[in-house]
Amino acid sequence: MADTVADVHQHEAHGHGDHHHDQSWVSKYLLSTDHKIIGMQYMFTGMFMAVIGGYMAYVFRMQLAFPGISVPGFGQVSPGEYNALITNHGSIMIFWVAMPVLIAAFGNFLIPLMIGADDMVFPRINRLSFQVFFLSSVVLLISLFVEGGGFGGAWTSYPPLSASGDYNQTELGATLWLSAVALEFVAFLLGGINFITTLMNSRAPGMKAYDIPLVCWMIVIASILFMLSVGPLIAGAVMLLFDQTLNTGFYDPARGGDPILWQHLFWFFGHPEVYVVLLPAIGITVDVMATFARKKIFGYKMVLYTAVATGVLSFFVWAHHQFIAGIDPRMANVFTITTLLISVPIAEMLFVMIATLYGGSIRLTTPMLWALAFMAEFLIGGVTGIFLGASGADIYFHDTYFVLAHFHYTFFPIAIIGSFCAFTYWFPKMFGKMMNDTLGKIHFWGTIIPFNFIFIPLFVLGMGGQHRRIYNFQHFPEIAGPEYFQLRQLATIALLVMLAFQLVFFYNVIMSWMRGEKAGKNPWKANTLEWTTESPPPHGNWPVDELPTVYRGPYEYGHPDREEDYWPQNLPG
Amino acid sequence: MAHARPIATTRSATGIPTPRLAVWWILASEVVIFGGLLGVYIMHRIGHPEWAEAASHTQTWIGAINTFVLLTSSFTCVLAHQAAEKGNGKEAAKLLGFTILGALMFLMIKSYEWTTEIIAGYTITANTFWSFYYTAAGLHALHVIAGAIIMGFIAVDAFRGRELHRVEIIGIYWHFVDVVWIFLFPLLYIAK
Repeated sequence: MADTVADVHQHEAHGHGDHHHDQSWVSKYLLSTDHKIIGMQYMFTGMFMAVIGGYMAYVFRMQLAFPGISVPGFGQVSPGEYNALITNHGSIMIFWVAMPVLIAAFGNFLIPLMIGADDMVFPRINRLSFQVFFLSSVVLLISLFVEGGGFGGAWTSYPPLSASGDYNQTELGATLWLSAVALEFVAFLLGGINFITTLMNSRAPGMKAYDIPLVCWMIVIASILFMLSVGPLIAGAVMLLFDQTLNTGFYDPARGGDPILWQHLFWFFGHPEVYVVLLPAIGITVDVMATFARKKIFGYKMVLYTAVATGVLSFFVWAHHQFIAGIDPRMANVFTITTLLISVPIAEMLFVMIATLYGGSIRLTTPMLWALAFMAEFLIGGVTGIFLGASGADIYFHDTYFVLAHFHYTFFPIAIIGSFCAFTYWFPKMFGKMMNDTLGKIHFWGTIIPFNFIFIPLFVLGMGGQHRRIYNFQHFPEIAGPEYFQLRQLATIALLVMLAFQLVFFYNVIMSWMRGEKAGKNPWKANTLEWTTESPPPHGNWPVDELPTVYRGPYEYGHPDREEDYWPQNLPG
Repeated sequence: MAHARPIATTRSATGIPTPRLAVWWILASEVVIFGGLLGVYIMHRIGHPEWAEAASHTQTWIGAINTFVLLTSSFTCVLAHQAAEKGNGKEAAKLLGFTILGALMFLMIKSYEWTTEIIAGYTITANTFWSFYYTAAGLHALHVIAGAIIMGFIAVDAFRGRELHRVEIIGIYWHFVDVVWIFLFPLLYIAK
């Protein structure tokens, strides 16, 4: 295998211009070491998994709104299936959609292009990272169809429920689920080391630390956060795997273990994980806002430093997920304070966005609409987080639909709005065609409006005390009043509308790809380096002797000394 | 092979060669894995004084011999790095070979030790001390095996005078494996 790679590169070094017409389809698209192809592989795998995750949401929302009906496209939902659906919906959306799309797909596609390099520093490790990730997706999907069904112990996988087949009734499903998550971690460790070293070492000549586009910074800070937080959970996952398969007692109090230990290890990773996916989304929206407000980012260093501050603080907030787990109330005080503190750097980032927009010449293109929606919707997620971060209120809200609505108001803007923002913005660079703006806007409104109609009712349900892990509310007449059922049905119908509007997106992608208007090198008149090469960029990104040199920061829009309102990073003078 | 790499790999904006930078980041990720495991073990050990009884059955002498073996293998690894710096690939390969022998000896002693313990009934499920014992030492042993295999590839290359800079990289990793054992030995064997 090493030889084939060497040949490919040899070929590149000798004959740039003719683009590997001698390569087979397999070696060009499936076994490629090119960072752009690997980025696409991550993107399409992530999109495929998003469709599955969305389908799962459809099935269990139907069960919640119309208990006991035969869901079209699925059939009757049994309690075990319901648990497997919610568990895997959560796992898929976080580990197999948010991370691969926001970090791996855009990290791979953008980092080398934006820093003026021809590839990642370790292309073969990059390919290995995707292969491990792909394997993890396959293992997860298989886990849904084994004997006993898919794992149903929630994406947090708390023992003792997750530790023994006697409790969860899905012995094989639980083990496969855990293995899939562990493989996914391996893939992102491999990818993360690549991102970090590439950004540190392979920048174009002249590109100093503060000339790096923020989205690259954010993906790398996120990779570091991931790397430093996931380690204890990897150890914890090995222990859980041994509890499941070898019958050890790490999480069994009867044998000297401790079930709360898993919660600590899980959330020590799980909370930084929120920022692992949030930071790239912030980087994307900030970049898009600068381009479409035609204005320099209000506080480049502010965004960077607050991202680092968020990263550091994120290691000290995890126990706010455990306020009712029997932890020491004095500890709850400490974690309430750190949790409320972490909203300060995030709020600063939102203020930077607002200040960047202020006085700009705003162009409401589709990517810009997504960026603005990110800001507005994430704000609601952030503010409701204050309720939950305060231990006094959280004791009442814990495990209600309020929590669920809160984290969907954070994760939906991050994973879905952020991804659509990036996808619509960089689509011309990826495929060389412009997306249809009208269809893009129809899709935008068709997603954003139903999204709010799904989750605002769930806030109300949560404040009414509705528990989030109930399969059929008819079994609990005292909390199943008709007014609550109407809200649940409203949420489900809004979900159906939102899912239907995603067809517009897929139609738009395919039609624009096939017969969209040609994009040219720089359709948005943006400054960063990826817009200085062809769309789509050739293998090697630039001809070997024309790799760019950098003379200034990435956001020099509307400079008074220039006739044009943008000033690409690679122009001398 | 140099021309086969992308230009990105040959750049060095920080002044640190990319492979060395990468191996340090790998070690950072390993430190948190072992740090998490050992941190959890220490907390449990403090909470369960009765584990001292189980710990008294670990064979300190075997652990001590293994510590000596692993430290010696690190020493030959340093010598290999020195030889590689001087451009002497054959010498470096020979010394890496000694390091691999050290790794094999470590694993053989470990297998003997575990066999006696398992026969005596101290299996991974005997109690949670033994669960930690086998998990921590097993995870470490996996790193020894992986390191020895990679070292084999690097030694073959070095013998042919190729990729001599990799001798240093595997050396950094090998010292890390060594340091992990330096933590494991007192925690699992000496603390009775």
